[in-house]
Amino acid sequence: MEIAAGHGLNGNVLLDLRHLGRDVILKKLPQIHEMALDYLGIDMIEKPVPVRPGMHYMMGGVKTDVNGATKVPGLYAAGEVANVSVHGGNRLGANSLLDTIVFGRRSGKAAAAYVKSVAPTQGGNDLLRSEQARLQALLARPYQGETHAHLRLDLATMMDQKVGVYRDEASLLAALERLAEFRKRYELVAVGDKGRVYNQALQFVLELGFLLDCAETVIRGALLRKESRGAQARTDYPERNDAEWLKHILLTYRAGAEPDVSYVPVTITRWKPEVRSY
Amino acid sequence: MKVAFYPGCVSKGACPELYVSTQAIAGPLGLQLEELTEAPCTGAGVLSEQNPELADSLNGLTLAMAESKNADVMTICSTCQGVLSNHNYQLQNDEKRREKVNATIGDQGYRYSGKTKVKHLLWMLFEDIGLEKIRGAIKRKLTGLKIAPFYGCYILRPEEYLGLRERPERKTYLEQLIALVGAEPVEYRGSTKCCGFPMLTFNREKSLEMGGSHILEAKEKGADLLVTPCPLCHLNLDGQQPDASKVMRKEIGVPIFHLPQLLGLAFGFSPQELRLNHHVVPTASALEKVELKV
Amino acid sequence: MKFTIEVGRYNPEGTYAESASGEQGFPAPWDKSPPRRYQTYAVDLPEHAVVLDALIAIREYQDESLAVRCACRSAICGSCAMWVNGHAHLACKSRLSDFTKNGKTRVESPPSMPVVRDLVWGMEPFWQKHHAVTPWLEPKQPVPGPREEYRAPNAAMENLIQEVSCINCGCCLMDCESFAINREFLGPHALAKAYRYADDPRDAEVNDRLGEYSKPGGVWDCTHCYECVQQCPKGVAPLEQILKLRKMAVDAGFTNNAGTRHADAFGESVRESGRLNELTLMPKSTGFFNIVGQLKTMPSAFNMMRAGKLPPIIHHKIPGLQRIKTIFQRVGGRFK
Ligand SMILES: Cc1cc2nc3c(=O)[nH]c(=O)nc-3n(C[C@H](O)[C@H](O)[C@H](O)COP(=O)(O)OP(=O)(O)OC[C@H]3O[C@@H](n4cnc5c(N)ncnc54)[C@H](O)[C@@H]3O)c2cc1C
Ligand code: SF4
Ligand code: SF4
Ligand code: SF4
Ligand code: SF4
Ligand code: FES
Repeated sequence: MEIAAGHGLNGNVLLDLRHLGRDVILKKLPQIHEMALDYLGIDMIEKPVPVRPGMHYMMGGVKTDVNGATKVPGLYAAGEVANVSVHGGNRLGANSLLDTIVFGRRSGKAAAAYVKSVAPTQGGNDLLRSEQARLQALLARPYQGETHAHLRLDLATMMDQKVGVYRDEASLLAALERLAEFRKRYELVAVGDKGRVYNQALQFVLELGFLLDCAETVIRGALLRKESRGAQARTDYPERNDAEWLKHILLTYRAGAEPDVSYVPVTITRWKPEVRSY
Repeated sequence: MKVAFYPGCVSKGACPELYVSTQAIAGPLGLQLEELTEAPCTGAGVLSEQNPELADSLNGLTLAMAESKNADVMTICSTCQGVLSNHNYQLQNDEKRREKVNATIGDQGYRYSGKTKVKHLLWMLFEDIGLEKIRGAIKRKLTGLKIAPFYGCYILRPEEYLGLRERPERKTYLEQLIALVGAEPVEYRGSTKCCGFPMLTFNREKSLEMGGSHILEAKEKGADLLVTPCPLCHLNLDGQQPDASKVMRKEIGVPIFHLPQLLGLAFGFSPQELRLNHHVVPTASALEKVELKV
Repeated sequence: MKFTIEVGRYNPEGTYAESASGEQGFPAPWDKSPPRRYQTYAVDLPEHAVVLDALIAIREYQDESLAVRCACRSAICGSCAMWVNGHAHLACKSRLSDFTKNGKTRVESPPSMPVVRDLVWGMEPFWQKHHAVTPWLEPKQPVPGPREEYRAPNAAMENLIQEVSCINCGCCLMDCESFAINREFLGPHALAKAYRYADDPRDAEVNDRLGEYSKPGGVWDCTHCYECVQQCPKGVAPLEQILKLRKMAVDAGFTNNAGTRHADAFGESVRESGRLNELTLMPKSTGFFNIVGQLKTMPSAFNMMRAGKLPPIIHHKIPGLQRIKTIFQRVGGRFK
């Protein structure tokens, strides 16, 4: 808020840890100490460090059950990309281990069991051939002034400004509009490397397509959810609203149309949701 | 200038030419060598590894002996330098270890306080003696010789103990010196690598391959000879060169000079006075280029 | 600020043009790595920019065909290890201003590792060694019950902190001098990892581990060159962990190897004469009854003798030897 109001220092606020003293910093925060030293040349034992918000974890993700199964038969997801519904609107520190270690193991086992339970399908070769043709067409696309790096930077800048820490209806609608524009530009992006070994340009172009899809789900979810909760901070709906919004929003892809919207209830067992007050 | 001279066992054992040539150049450089005759071996890192406390005490004793002479220690071996620097650094920064050492050596008439510096001859040349003095002593330019520097590990790593963070220029002294005596320094990757000596007794073939490949690389880049501030490197690079040749299946035949031998030649000493006629690899090929004979 | 980057390029498909600078960096005689082509790029970046910033800027805005592996850009994932000016570094931790030599910074994939493309090198040798040291705990019996856990005292874990900072970047291995000539050597990072498990009080297999790590290719094949200590970006100091392992192995009785004999002969020589006796060191390290090993060192000894280089047969003792003997006795421990 201070940064948005222009009070910060080059877009940062200063974090002063000097009261902790050398021993506590070196023993309990060695990595952070090292990072400030390496990248800013600042020793936090002696000086405050400039800090600002950064992307740290993607709440939400591909909806799965506790065994990693998605709505698509045979497709399993685990880790940060999945949503088993354990974190809610804000993943608490260190809890990603749960995604990776606990649900990673469960998903792996379940996926293996699934594979053993079904007969081999035919038609794999056709799929590979059509995918190959798609990539070849992409590689053959001529340069028309659009590159993945430029477009990705524009997308990131826009998402940061309009969907970043604070959002409201107007900024989110504007974001949707810009996104449509980006999708058109994406059709013109050429792949700057034609090689078959470690072709990162091709990888980045493909990833950019997924980024556009992800951005859209984030914007649409944020628009639909008319409340603030966890990492969602809407200036036009600053309060949490358990009566209407104690639920997940599920967007399902539809070819050539807006995604389908449905809701999934939150299963609450031992721990009741409470207002976070500290 | 008075220094507490720590010759190391190798210069008094298998590399007498190093001892002799150091004595020879001391005069022209104005060095007054007060030899630490009663100082023990540093343990070459072997003792530090298996019994750190023992190595602390032995090296603490050496440093205390220099302290009682009121002089800094001068080494002529990268390994001695490395081990002494290491223990000096540890003891300076750890009061408990310092106390232990003094408890062990206290009644021997010595006390370690940590004020002594340990410097290799190579560093002293630049930092204490000064280039002017060296220039003044040069009587014979070694023009036409291409010389590859070979530092040896322990005069370069770890930087922390050796004061290389404060003085990164120490990593370029050999090249500077080669240019100073009128020769041309050869640039090659091996100059900062290991000669393989520490492995010689455990894994002979690989040790020889290590040393051999560095000399061959220098040779390929045109070197007439290698110069090293480390007698252990010398043992591997010169003493084992015929065997290294066999392992590499290639003729090598590149003479290896000790640092004081190179300076001695520039100061006008004869190859015999520097015992350049007592090397395993004949030095004649290099000496010819400056019209000298062994 | 303007920076100049010279990138060693390699593409197995052979689609790159001839070297722009025309200069060949290596190979040195032992180097079997394919030659790179050096291409120069100019970038304009803030003063505090790191090498990786430059490489990403090149890949994004100048030349999409440049292959660079990276992820975190904050020295934590270990992906971006490469040669910067001829030594192993993380590109994301190397400031351009520190690494500009003669007006440019040179980067390339390390010649000691297989090259995939440009700055991307194959990590197979790294992971092979990693897996070879059994890098996991073998649980001590009895295994705690479902609601209990293995407890280790804090002090015991503090010994391991240094190694636990390892990010598996490979900087140490790519510049390890033993590995450069001995592909069988387990190498710095794997042996540091080995120490991490061997000295963990929860591990059940310490003895087997120490035996395994004492074999050829293990702790005694390290040449003690300190490259790994110098190049590790996370302060792991692998050599120091290797030395701890050596000591643990010797203390556990794994002494039938040249390394231990060498140390013993060395200790004995210093104790009995104050100095090293090169003459007996060699036969004692090789083992008095290892006739073949002894014979192998003969030609060198003969060459050295002929040159007048062998130490005097009667080994001199230093004056004041009693002092040294007293120190050995007082300190006690090994070599006493
Ligand atoms: C700065 C930072 C600090 C964090 N600190 C903590 C912490 O202290 N505690 C904690 O619990 N969590 C922390 N997290 C979160 C945690 O690290 C992550 O949630 C977790 O690592 C995610 O693991 P993952 O395996 O699911 O995904 P990732 O580790 O992201 O792995 C995804 C993999 O998929 C690959 N991939 C992507 N696309 C494709 C494709 N199309 N085909 C093939 N492969 C593909 C990627 O290359 C990548 O290797 C932190 C996150 C960040 C960013
Ligand atoms: S380190 Fe080597 S040369 Fe130096 S004193 Fe010891 S054995 Fe001798
Ligand atoms: S003998 Fe080898 S290991 Fe020793 S300092 Fe010289 S180069 Fe290094
Ligand atoms: S000290 Fe040993 S492990 Fe480390 S780089 Fe040198 S040889 Fe390799
Ligand atoms: S020990 Fe250091 S250099 Fe080696 S892999 Fe680990 S972090 Fe990298
Ligand atoms: S990019 Fe992760 S360590 Fe450099």
